[in-house]
Amino acid sequence: MLSKLNKYFLDIKPHFEEGGKFKSLYPLYEAFDSFLFSTTKSTPAAPHVRDAVDLKRIMITVIIALVPCTLMALWNTGYQANLVLVEIGAMPDGWRGAIMGIIGINPQSLTSNMVHGSLYFFPIYLVVVITGSIWEALFNLIRGHEFSEAFLVTSLLLPLTLPPTIPLWQVAVGTSFGVVFAKEVFGGVGKNFMNPALSSRAFIYFAYPAQMSGDKVWTAVDGYSGATALTALPQADPANPLASLDYSWFQAFIGTIPGSMGETSVLACLLGAALMLVTGVASWRIMLSMLIGAVVTAMAFNLVPDPTNPMYALPVHYHLVLGGFAFGLVFMATDPVSAAQTFSGQWMYGLLIGFLAIFIRVANPAYPEAVMLAILLGNVFAPFFDYLVVRANVRRRLVRNG
Amino acid sequence: MAESSKELIVRSIFKRNPIALLVLGICSALAVTGQMSTALVMSICVTLVTAFSSLTISIVRYQIPNTVRIGLQIMVIATLVILVDQILQAFFYELSKQLSIFVGLIITNCIIMGRAEGFAMSNPPIPSFIDGIGNGLGYSLILMSVAFIRELFGAGTIFGYTIFTTVSNGGWYVPNGMLVLPASGFFLIAMLIWLIRTYDPEQQESQ
Repeated sequence: MLSKLNKYFLDIKPHFEEGGKFKSLYPLYEAFDSFLFSTTKSTPAAPHVRDAVDLKRIMITVIIALVPCTLMALWNTGYQANLVLVEIGAMPDGWRGAIMGIIGINPQSLTSNMVHGSLYFFPIYLVVVITGSIWEALFNLIRGHEFSEAFLVTSLLLPLTLPPTIPLWQVAVGTSFGVVFAKEVFGGVGKNFMNPALSSRAFIYFAYPAQMSGDKVWTAVDGYSGATALTALPQADPANPLASLDYSWFQAFIGTIPGSMGETSVLACLLGAALMLVTGVASWRIMLSMLIGAVVTAMAFNLVPDPTNPMYALPVHYHLVLGGFAFGLVFMATDPVSAAQTFSGQWMYGLLIGFLAIFIRVANPAYPEAVMLAILLGNVFAPFFDYLVVRANVRRRLVRNG
Repeated sequence: MAESSKELIVRSIFKRNPIALLVLGICSALAVTGQMSTALVMSICVTLVTAFSSLTISIVRYQIPNTVRIGLQIMVIATLVILVDQILQAFFYELSKQLSIFVGLIITNCIIMGRAEGFAMSNPPIPSFIDGIGNGLGYSLILMSVAFIRELFGAGTIFGYTIFTTVSNGGWYVPNGMLVLPASGFFLIAMLIWLIRTYDPEQQESQ
């Protein structure tokens, strides 16, 4: 069966090559061919690098690293919704209600939680994949670029950072913006200076704040308001902000709290981080320096408590488990394209993001999305850091060698 | 060098649009394009100021000493801008309040200085005047296009008249909050430049 398909692909190949009648559709042919079979291309000239790692392998590794977060997203979205539904004794509306009527609403049941979460996660995921693929295909066909697996990662990252109740058309608009403006206009895969998934999220956040922030959107139940930790804390008693939190540190670490679908669980992020560090796909320098930057900044704020702003007194270990900090640190800041490339540059880049994330979060509680903004700003500065490092290197060599 | 009046006008609107090709005067293009009415007033003011400053400077171009020419050009422009500002305050007080500081800032609009320095200093008065009108129209075209998109999709209105009824007024349209922020002007101008340069590849800069 597969060999027949392979033969078919090889048979129709001449149509898509130089001079063939479907030449303009070559990128599409190549995408399907390399998705199903190993590439028929080989390097024509020396040197020949023998390495199993290529773009495809890196992207697949990131996707595997995202599996714990995705599973947690499915379970937790359903769990949060089921908890509330049982409490108020209601059923979801529409087609989701019909399906959940068969499964049953039960926050103790793994199946019920996973199914309910899937009913919210997969529509969003599908919309991202379809809209993004259309734009990618359009640009790749016009420019004759090959399709890349990078969008598979982007399309999984974006839904994980969205609230479950986000309207699907807004997801489509946001994805279009991210793919076209953060990636394609700069030349496509590998040329984007900002993370496309985060750019999409930032666009939706600024364009439709009512559906992306506040306390109505984080639990997938109509009309229910439940604040996330970062929207509740600024209203807390400044002397003892933790007293207002409805959940313990441990719950926040495991991720059984309301929030953006995939970023509540620090544990799942750590599992992903472990895989990416062992395989060398993500930079440990960025992760470590961002952590150090955040810890130092949070401690500095702890030293000068503000009687009107409870965020100043929030302990460091809470900062690290709340909001999108862990998710951003592991998956967003380490994006190899938009991060700094030089080792010293990566230290500066990570420190800056860590500092900014906590700084924005504490000093301006109106922006609970501090991590997203900090990483995007870090992306913008990354080429500058690399430039400084390269210049310093050149100068040092000039001094040494005259 | 000598171009007909029609060429002078048409060229500045599309071929050599001050915003799209020369990327001049985009500060005000970001600031006043939230609503079409303010954008229109701004367009008219800038067009008039550019035309008359080019005319005036062209008339006295042989009398201007080269070493102090920028200062003198600024004086001419500043006088005209103050005139425009006073007229607006006298007859269109509401609009002038909305435009606030931006009328005064027409002085710093790079297009006016650019035309004075680049055209009026070396051309006769009438072509300079027409060139000023043309560049003002080119500026207006971009300004009005950006304002059209920003007002229509950011607030659902055009010139204040409701086109899409927004959700907060009981309609169906969810306004795009991003377009209300001045930063969205960057994206829209970038898209217009992209569009124009794709249509006319001659305007693309060489790599």
